[in-house]
Amino acid sequence: MRKRRVIRRVLDGGLLLMACLWMLPMVWLFLASVDSKANVFTKLPEGITMENYVKVLSSHRNQMSFFNSLLLAAGVAVLVVICAGVAGYALSRYEMKYKRSFLMSILFLSTLPGTVLIVPAYRMLVAIKLNDSLFGIILFMAASTLPYSLWMMKNFIDGIPLWLEEAARVDGAGSWQCLIHIVAPLMVPGVFCVVIQAFIGAWGNFMVPFILLTSTEKYPAAVTMYQYTGQWDISYGELTAFSILYGVPVLVLYVIGQNFMSKGFRMSGAGKG
Amino acid sequence: MPGRVPLWKKMSYLAPSVLLLLVFFAVPVVLSVYFSFTNMALTGSDAGSLAFRGLENYRRMFSDLVIKSAVINTLVFVVGSIVGQTLLGFSFAYLMRSCTRWVRKLVGGVIMLGWVMPEMVAAYCMSSLFHDSGTLNLILEALGIEKVSWLYAWPMGAVIVANIWRGTAFSMVAYQAALDDVPAEIEESSQLDGAGVFRRIYYIILPTIKGTIMTNTMLITLMTLGSFGLIWIMTGGGPGGKTQTLPILMYIKAFKNSQLGYGVAISILSLVIGVVFGVIYVKAAGREE
Repeated sequence: MRKRRVIRRVLDGGLLLMACLWMLPMVWLFLASVDSKANVFTKLPEGITMENYVKVLSSHRNQMSFFNSLLLAAGVAVLVVICAGVAGYALSRYEMKYKRSFLMSILFLSTLPGTVLIVPAYRMLVAIKLNDSLFGIILFMAASTLPYSLWMMKNFIDGIPLWLEEAARVDGAGSWQCLIHIVAPLMVPGVFCVVIQAFIGAWGNFMVPFILLTSTEKYPAAVTMYQYTGQWDISYGELTAFSILYGVPVLVLYVIGQNFMSKGFRMSGAGKG
Repeated sequence: MPGRVPLWKKMSYLAPSVLLLLVFFAVPVVLSVYFSFTNMALTGSDAGSLAFRGLENYRRMFSDLVIKSAVINTLVFVVGSIVGQTLLGFSFAYLMRSCTRWVRKLVGGVIMLGWVMPEMVAAYCMSSLFHDSGTLNLILEALGIEKVSWLYAWPMGAVIVANIWRGTAFSMVAYQAALDDVPAEIEESSQLDGAGVFRRIYYIILPTIKGTIMTNTMLITLMTLGSFGLIWIMTGGGPGGKTQTLPILMYIKAFKNSQLGYGVAISILSLVIGVVFGVIYVKAAGREE
């Protein structure tokens, strides 16, 4: 048994060492964000300051970009969870003629890389006069998130026992009432999972707004951040402070939804039609 | 099954999703195939007149050396990421089963950071890590080893490491869930019979988690094939096109050089590569059944 304990100690040590290595890329981020003379390379701050954070937060352009990101991510999350929730319920509970082929084509869609869609989406948004509009991007991003969310939602609902609903129906509840009063509360973990995943995805997406938006005042945080490096004199202190402020919301969301997330990752039973 | 539900009602549940997917997903897919046969451009003499050009874009693609190197870069990037993420993700998941509880939580959380953090933040962190006077070279210096200009000497290696750093958590979580399904009794009895760690992994664990390996590899492939921001920030496709993968090339051709038609044709190529990978995985899985 002593040998076993030694092995465990060694294992713990090794894993902790790996975790330290894993943190290396982030060292610069934290050091530079409180450095008054930050640079692209790593060094100890010359005098710790909060000035970078103050500057980032007081800029109107940055405030707008955080607001845009919030609008974008929340818009996508709400749209996705409504569509996926309702459709997932129907796909889980009702007999349908072409259900299997429908689900399979959804699965196929979810495998297409976003780069394939971006040029035609750009032309299409121009054609329907939704180019350079946050609303247009929300619709596009929601559509590209939906296939995956739909599958996840259907699997979650499959896991909710049917007899609960049958009991409610015997008592005279309609299907909408069933959905709202019986299924919805049980769906909270699934909904959380879908919402958080969609929100984090949209919040972090760089390519879609970078290509589809042209006016600076509509840029979300991801694209505004990129603007920092386009300047002649890059302020790395502000860039890193911006990065941290931009990264924190998703970290918080992730911690909140961690329990639900791990369930969503498993996607167990994804093979069932 | 809940009674007889009229068709219109079932359809009304599906309508919002179907509408959204049709307009903003299916239509662009169809359009992209069509556009790839045209001379569509943003500016220049072709901008005003959209004309059908048949296979011209594709013919051009096969004789374009830039495309050839982009395909090779993409394959290297994808395969490197798959190998790295799978090995690291599985190792973490496997080792974490038998370590102390708080270590598991802490290490798991740290690895998760790379995955949860927005792509842009990760990209800037990684650019700094590999910078000439970045953290990595500082450490090398402290150890008395000569500095390396990572982003010039090993640009592809650097972006692959960056991608692995981001994606390992995804594989780790999947393998953690899969390892829970490995029957503990079989593992223990084989241990008592004297089977070493690697034999146990090869003969008992791998066959059990084969499905997860398949799905996970496929998902990594798809995510990596479409990866744009990370490479764009770290190297911009350079130096000298050494990290120019298909998405980067698509962006440059379509939006920098204004040749939308050609850009779409390139993105279709990356789609084809995705399908080829998919077929290989399905074949590989089917052979063993």
